[in-house]
Amino acid sequence: MSNAAAMAVSSMRTRSADALGHAAISVGYFVGGLALLVTFWWLVIYLASKNPSLSQFASFGPIPAFKSMAHMWETGHAQKALVASGYRLGMGLLIAIAIGVPIGIVMGRSRRFRELSNSPFQLGRMISPMSWEPIAVIVFAGWEPAIIFLIAIAAVWPIMFSTAAGLAKVDPAWFKVARNLGAKPWQMVTEIIIPAIMFDVVTGIRLALGVAWIVLVPAEFLGVSSGLGYTIEDARESLEYEHLMAMLVVIGIIGYVLDLGCQALIKRYSWHKQ
Amino acid sequence: MSIRGVSINIQGLGYRYSSRGNPTFSNLRLEARKGEALAIIGRSGCGKSTLLHIIAGLNRPTEGIIEFDGKKVDGPSSRWVMMFQAPHLYPWMKVAQNVGVGLKFARWPEKDKAERVAEALRLVELQDYADVSVQDLSGGQQQRVALARSLVMEPELLLLDEPFSALDAFTRASLQRDVRSIAKRLGFNLIIVTHDIDEAVLMADRAVIMAGSPGKIVTEIEVNLPDPRTRQDAAVQAMRARLMDEFHAAAQVAGTPFTEEAKQEEVIIDA
Repeated sequence: MSNAAAMAVSSMRTRSADALGHAAISVGYFVGGLALLVTFWWLVIYLASKNPSLSQFASFGPIPAFKSMAHMWETGHAQKALVASGYRLGMGLLIAIAIGVPIGIVMGRSRRFRELSNSPFQLGRMISPMSWEPIAVIVFAGWEPAIIFLIAIAAVWPIMFSTAAGLAKVDPAWFKVARNLGAKPWQMVTEIIIPAIMFDVVTGIRLALGVAWIVLVPAEFLGVSSGLGYTIEDARESLEYEHLMAMLVVIGIIGYVLDLGCQALIKRYSWHKQ
Repeated sequence: MSIRGVSINIQGLGYRYSSRGNPTFSNLRLEARKGEALAIIGRSGCGKSTLLHIIAGLNRPTEGIIEFDGKKVDGPSSRWVMMFQAPHLYPWMKVAQNVGVGLKFARWPEKDKAERVAEALRLVELQDYADVSVQDLSGGQQQRVALARSLVMEPELLLLDEPFSALDAFTRASLQRDVRSIAKRLGFNLIIVTHDIDEAVLMADRAVIMAGSPGKIVTEIEVNLPDPRTRQDAAVQAMRARLMDEFHAAAQVAGTPFTEEAKQEEVIIDA
């Protein structure tokens, strides 16, 4: 191995050691931040519940919430809500990806289509996803497909625009080189376009997931009898505030984990030099 | 790696960007022997890069024919590969993946592909860099990867569009020497488009001078010099002076007289 190549390997090892140190510090901050949040939560509820007129707020505290979370897990309520919401979220996101990525590719490749579609897409993007709810309920036979539609329409825009932006950044010479080396049209897509824009597509999916997660819970407040939104609404109506808070914590944890997954995918597909 | 060259026959070639526009060039005639290295030199705008793209099959001519070994060229092929001014490597791939991308397009088995890639990397002296990210390489090393990516296809013809103009003088000199030596060893043809007179003298067997608008081939000069060639050789310097004179004379003949300013702008003269 030449000196330059050996130096490259040695530099990679040093970078690995540095990364390990940074990971340990990140975990420290993560745990510390959560401890601060729970302490603050406990303190606010403790102080509030000391006032006799606010004593009913005691069940909003972290201890009843965590106990309720364990109870809901044991009885299977939490899993049932997660499966129902996860299905709607997954289906909505899949539809958004299936529509958003191809249209984004065409927008990125064709200036004419990009300019023609700009005004309708910008207009559509600015319509609040929840304002589609009455139309969705009329158009679809049940609440289930209506909720999936609401998630899809909320998630499609960031995926579409991020894909188009990714493609616009692609060096046109990459296509010329590939054609010169004998690439077939489908190989242009699988070997050049998709790896080149994967970073932007996943970034769009991450943004879409955030929007879809926000839309999911209020969309489940009405019409359905399962899911995270329904469970929260049910807990509020039956005055089981510890269940309500437990579900809020679950929503926060799941959303955070999904976002971490997206971040890991972004890192995996990022080829931009750090 | 065994490569053979190709005999090239171009007749009555013409090109215009739009049906109403002026032709970029018209009625061009150019021939090359198997294994011959041809340099096309000329001022910016005379159509030399367009001609190279058409020979590579990346653009279609508006008139005329191009034949390799008597067969008409009607599109790009891995038998004639082009190297561009910038390496245009795929940054999400490692060095070896970039070199083997053409073989991947041709759906080569992994084992055969790995062997061929390793051989191409040895030719360009980058065998220790197979698993390195191309973004960690210098400009010269990246251009060597682009050269290996072309060589791995075992082309009969390598077309070079001012491939070393963005590199420093030392890297440029070493790549000019290496490309010519590899081409001669493996026997494939070279067509180099350049406005660097030195590059033409160091790399070509024959220099073709284009000038005018629409562009035309004004003169062709045999560069009969022994290898290896260096800038310091008296014969190289004499050929360079001759090409320079012919280059200026061509501009006069084509009706676009060379001003001193244009000479400075268009002809790279290495000290």
